[in-house]
Amino acid sequence: MDIPRETLLLMYERMLKVRHFEDRVKDLFAAGEMPGFVHLYLGEEAVAVGACAALNDDDYITSTHRGHGHIIAKGGDVKRMMAELYGKATGYNKGKGGSMHIADPSLGILGANGIVGAGLPIATGAALSAKLRKSGQVAICFFGDGASNQGTFHEAVNIASAFDLPVVYVCENNLYAVGTRQSDVRKIEDIADRGAGYGIPGLAVDGNDVVAVYEVCKEAVRRARAGMGPTLIECKTYRWRAHFEGEPDTYRPPEEVAAWMAREPIAPYRGALIEQGILTEKEADAVEAGVVAELEEAVEYARQSPLPEPESALADFWA
Amino acid sequence: MRKITYAQALAEAMAEEMRRDPTVFLWGIDIGPYGGAFGATRGLFAEFGAERIIDMPVSEAGYVGCGVGAAATGLRPVVELQFSDWITIASDMLINQAANMRYMFGGEISVPLVLRAPVGGYVSAAAQHSHSFESMFAFVAGLKVVLPSTPYDAKGLLKSAIRDDNPVIFFEHKKLYEVEGEVPAEDYVVPFGQADVKRMGSDVTLVTYSYMVSRSLVAAEMLAEEGIDVEVIDLRTVDPIDEETILASVRKTHRLVVVQETWRKCSVSSEVAAIVAEKALDYLDEPILRVTARDVPTPFAPVLEEHVLPNEAKIISAVKRVVEG
Repeated sequence: MDIPRETLLLMYERMLKVRHFEDRVKDLFAAGEMPGFVHLYLGEEAVAVGACAALNDDDYITSTHRGHGHIIAKGGDVKRMMAELYGKATGYNKGKGGSMHIADPSLGILGANGIVGAGLPIATGAALSAKLRKSGQVAICFFGDGASNQGTFHEAVNIASAFDLPVVYVCENNLYAVGTRQSDVRKIEDIADRGAGYGIPGLAVDGNDVVAVYEVCKEAVRRARAGMGPTLIECKTYRWRAHFEGEPDTYRPPEEVAAWMAREPIAPYRGALIEQGILTEKEADAVEAGVVAELEEAVEYARQSPLPEPESALADFWA
Repeated sequence: MRKITYAQALAEAMAEEMRRDPTVFLWGIDIGPYGGAFGATRGLFAEFGAERIIDMPVSEAGYVGCGVGAAATGLRPVVELQFSDWITIASDMLINQAANMRYMFGGEISVPLVLRAPVGGYVSAAAQHSHSFESMFAFVAGLKVVLPSTPYDAKGLLKSAIRDDNPVIFFEHKKLYEVEGEVPAEDYVVPFGQADVKRMGSDVTLVTYSYMVSRSLVAAEMLAEEGIDVEVIDLRTVDPIDEETILASVRKTHRLVVVQETWRKCSVSSEVAAIVAEKALDYLDEPILRVTARDVPTPFAPVLEEHVLPNEAKIISAVKRVVEG
């Protein structure tokens, strides 16, 4: 596949933005600057970025509790994201949602979701809506290996396949649902095999290879837009951190974590871009420096932003 | 005026709204050529076809969830459950998703979804086809809950529901679908949060809704023959609830009986009693009484069901107790 240079560069920048955003959040959360919980996307950057690079701006995504990467990959504003994580009035949700519920309808982001598997029917509904409105839009539903065992997975994928809806189901298989190893609670190795049960393509791909993710998603999105129905894509990946920050990671062998961290997605991609002459070392460094500076600005923005007025807790309720 | 059934009034409301607004779509089980389990979509498929009316697989969470996703992206879906008992299967999509989305997302996304579902007993359908869960859904912040008691209200309230930008749970009673009543052929809406005083009276305020309205009115006429004048209020919507109409009536009659078909604990009747206790206690001459289902699952055999659910005799007995003190 011939990938446009601007797409290759965008994927590089977006992966770095996810990586550095999450690195900053990790430290800021540990320092007690943010309330609540955070679930970090570190290590899975190639999935969200490769998949979203296959979408148009007005296409839809639904996200998960581990959603920061999806929001950034779809073009989310890191200032408003960071402010939301701080519970500030300038955040995406004005402090009403926090880390797990960022939405931006202007970018087709129909919300991160704290209920495992709940995004599946919602993304399917967005795809049904796009089909009924004849808008040509496509929806990507991000979900995890755990969600693939929910009833909503079966119901949603069956509906989408029955009606050839323009939706792509992108499963991030990071091997663990909280502390439960997936092979202990699922008979089959590849979640992608479940596509056969719905008469749709089911493809497993290296989720740490952004180009591979992009290519398989690009084709799935093309099929969806052409009225050929949904595709199930399983991205094999791994989260570097525990389920949530602060959780004791007692369930994963340290050597397994180390092996996956050694297979991290960004450095090899950067190397390939330089080797192919898409970027020089210096330009690659400049992109990264730009991302780091943007995030520093986002952190300052979040810190300086006002807290919401307490009475605003009663606003934004009824339409 | 022309008389049509409750089911026909519902179909007419949907047809009018679909003609008026191209973003209104219907989906559910057997609602297309079949016309719906209780006939509420009968005749619509002939006019609107498969483009606007979609027969779904038996997947309550899946297709109600599709309603949430479609409502968040520019449509006004009207989704039918075949029986409201199965709303439990779809409850995450309503309670954690539809009800929360607008608020949780800081007002960025609205969910103009209507979920229609048949409620109610008195049909010997036992415990998985008879229950009424309005109390559970009225409890949830972010959902409106509507229970029309007449064909007129069925049309006017459903049109309000479809035009509302918030998620609305619209419970239709199985005993009412074939009931006829006067319904204007033209466009009108019945606004939410406005109770209907079905019978003026001076001795007792009787607050009720849905199928219990007609049963309460029968009881009120029987009581009138004994010289007891009952004011019967139909709430129409239990969320929002019309506090003013309830309180004004209680200030006049000084007595309150609440009649509801479903279970008593933590229910709509509890809420009505609490509103009056908080805001009009000084006006009450007698304790508030409630006529509700007994707190057991609805049984199958008619003699058992009759024992569990409210009826005219139970309503009359309660009213007499608050009047006679």
